[in-house]
Amino acid sequence: MKARVHVMLKNGVLDPQGEAVRHALGALGFAGVNGVRQGKVIELDLAEGATEADVTAMCEKLLANTVIESYSVEIG
Amino acid sequence: MKAAVIVFPGSNCDRDLAVAFEAAGADVQMVWHKDTELPRDIDIVGVPGGFSFGDYLRCGAIAANSPICNSLKAHTDRGGYAIGICNGFQVLAETGILPGALLRNAGLKYICKTIGLKVVTSDSAFTQGYNAGDEIRIPIAHHDGNYYADDATIAALHDQDRIAFTYTENPNGAAKDIAGILSENRRVLGMMPHPERAADAGHGGTDGAALFRALMGALTPA
Repeated sequence: MKARVHVMLKNGVLDPQGEAVRHALGALGFAGVNGVRQGKVIELDLAEGATEADVTAMCEKLLANTVIESYSVEIG
Repeated sequence: MKAAVIVFPGSNCDRDLAVAFEAAGADVQMVWHKDTELPRDIDIVGVPGGFSFGDYLRCGAIAANSPICNSLKAHTDRGGYAIGICNGFQVLAETGILPGALLRNAGLKYICKTIGLKVVTSDSAFTQGYNAGDEIRIPIAHHDGNYYADDATIAALHDQDRIAFTYTENPNGAAKDIAGILSENRRVLGMMPHPERAADAGHGGTDGAALFRALMGALTPA
């Protein structure tokens, strides 16, 4: 089973890297980029029998810091 | 005073911290991250600066889940003292021993320089060697020192007098200029600046030495 975990900084948490990317896009002439948020994608290759609940537990314990980050899990 | 300093792969201030503890008169034992138990009768645990596990995933995240951190958590849960400096502060935040998190510096740059700190409270074993309101100068060296916590947590830190140090000129975007915070029982300190790098005349400054001196004799074993 494959799972893909998306981790993003929560809304309201300043993302200075996203801001830097937004400025760089503006400097390249891409107008109208009002905001950029940068996150990460973690792909997991899981043994048979793993469940979405297992992946959620992994997110809570290690993959995301829920003080500052939100996550979503995509299975398959 | 018996101190333990935890060593992770990528720690680089572990020996500096041990030297600062020793200069203040402590017996120091180094503890490897794969050990499952802290040595017996430890008065204080030091979590040093550095780049544990290469800062992979998030600064301090993998270190916070290493075997020794279960023992560290048990130590602080029963009222034991601990200090986390720089990466050590990030580790303490990741374990949940201290609230909040350390985000990337607002200016995106790694900053290594001596900065001004205001001592906000002298009401802790760590800060009783200073007077509230004192300004001291010690170095910072970090890329992710931008302290963040939700508004309720920041308010609680303020109301409970748990902000230990603030920056006189905020270098990294930290909420309320926060450079260091105390746990609810005031026995755990996390701070981004490096007092162990300002603890000997050879360092170019000794403003951090009072923190280690103050710990001597102040600690009640847990």
